[in-house]
Amino acid sequence: MAGLALLALAWAGAYAALRPLADALTYDLLRLSSDSHLGSSVNFFLYDTPKVLLLLTGIVFLMGIVRTFFSPESTRRLLGGRREGVGNVAAAGLGVVTPFCSCSAVPLFIGFVEAGVPLGVTFSFLIAAPMVNEVAIVLLFSLVGWHIAVLYVALGLGIAIISGWVIGRLGMERHVEAFVYEMAVGQLDSDERLSWVDRLHRARQAVREIVGRVWPFVVVAIAVGAGIHGYVPEDFLADVMGKGAWWTVPAAVVLGVPMYSNAAGIIPVVEALMDKGAATGTALAFMMSVIALSLPEMIILRRVLKWPLIAAFIAVVATGIVLVGYVFNLVS
Amino acid sequence: MLKIQVLGSGCANCQKLEALARQAVAGLGVEAEVQKVTDMREIMARGVMATPGLAVNDRLVSTGRVPSASEVMTLIANVLAEESPAS
Repeated sequence: MAGLALLALAWAGAYAALRPLADALTYDLLRLSSDSHLGSSVNFFLYDTPKVLLLLTGIVFLMGIVRTFFSPESTRRLLGGRREGVGNVAAAGLGVVTPFCSCSAVPLFIGFVEAGVPLGVTFSFLIAAPMVNEVAIVLLFSLVGWHIAVLYVALGLGIAIISGWVIGRLGMERHVEAFVYEMAVGQLDSDERLSWVDRLHRARQAVREIVGRVWPFVVVAIAVGAGIHGYVPEDFLADVMGKGAWWTVPAAVVLGVPMYSNAAGIIPVVEALMDKGAATGTALAFMMSVIALSLPEMIILRRVLKWPLIAAFIAVVATGIVLVGYVFNLVS
Repeated sequence: MLKIQVLGSGCANCQKLEALARQAVAGLGVEAEVQKVTDMREIMARGVMATPGLAVNDRLVSTGRVPSASEVMTLIANVLAEESPAS
């Protein structure tokens, strides 16, 4: 516990030192002018990269602790036999806090369906889990601003709830592969009893796993973003990604589906594009599409879902994202 | 002989866990067979909803994550200790 307090203190100290350190490095050590393109790009990179990595480490650790209180088994118990509507809301919320990797989407899907979780409720979970994640939240918060981060979470949950509900209403149960309904699903005998030492240990593992995986994306994406910040003229993108043309939002969503990247690789670039005149709604729609709709996940889900259901899933979620984009461009 | 099974359909984490299990067996110096279970029916029959799962002598000891090298060793050693008659 004392070690933890010490770490928290070191974390806070490092965070406070970010701005002076980045300025000293750029302007004093490298002797770059704050007015030059290179100076502003380098300063942006030197400040944002450690800031994002520090925040990421802190939040992934906290989220790692929260996740030890949930498991796919406990979530399934909470959702089993629940009515649609309430069930969709609960599933989307649980999707955020339940430990989940899209690589185990298939056993999770079978487990849920066998336990009597309605199809649409299962989808609410499967949509929210990858879309609303702590990596996206940290990057949006630290690079774009807290208001966009909050909106992303709220709208992401909204899309998961409503899309799941719509898929439930479409009555597509027959487009689930028949073997799913015939499978015998065992029960895990007991839940693990975890001590706080275990929970902290697991949170540390989550940091090592998640931050270890995404940090190269963060560094490269912030470097690209920094280049855009320094060198691309203001309002360069106002015509192509501005809010003028109606087709920009659907085009951004369509473009996002085959692009498979995690939030870490896409958000720093999108933030730079927004700075250069890309409309907020268009940028948000593009991010959501890249993160929530990915080809590899569809291929994994194809093992349990037939094509019509996969098509419906993509169509419903894409429609939701396009609507979000339009509404944003209207109000912002 | 000890039977160790890694449950999962060939994802990167499953391979990591398999390697850790082999390491642990070598480290403990016990005779064991490390198998991969990739058949979804069997995985589901065991009640594993989050891969990779780890089973020692048909007892599921971990699911949904890759435990650290030392944890894997402890998990295997625990089953060994419980199953060997007290002396």
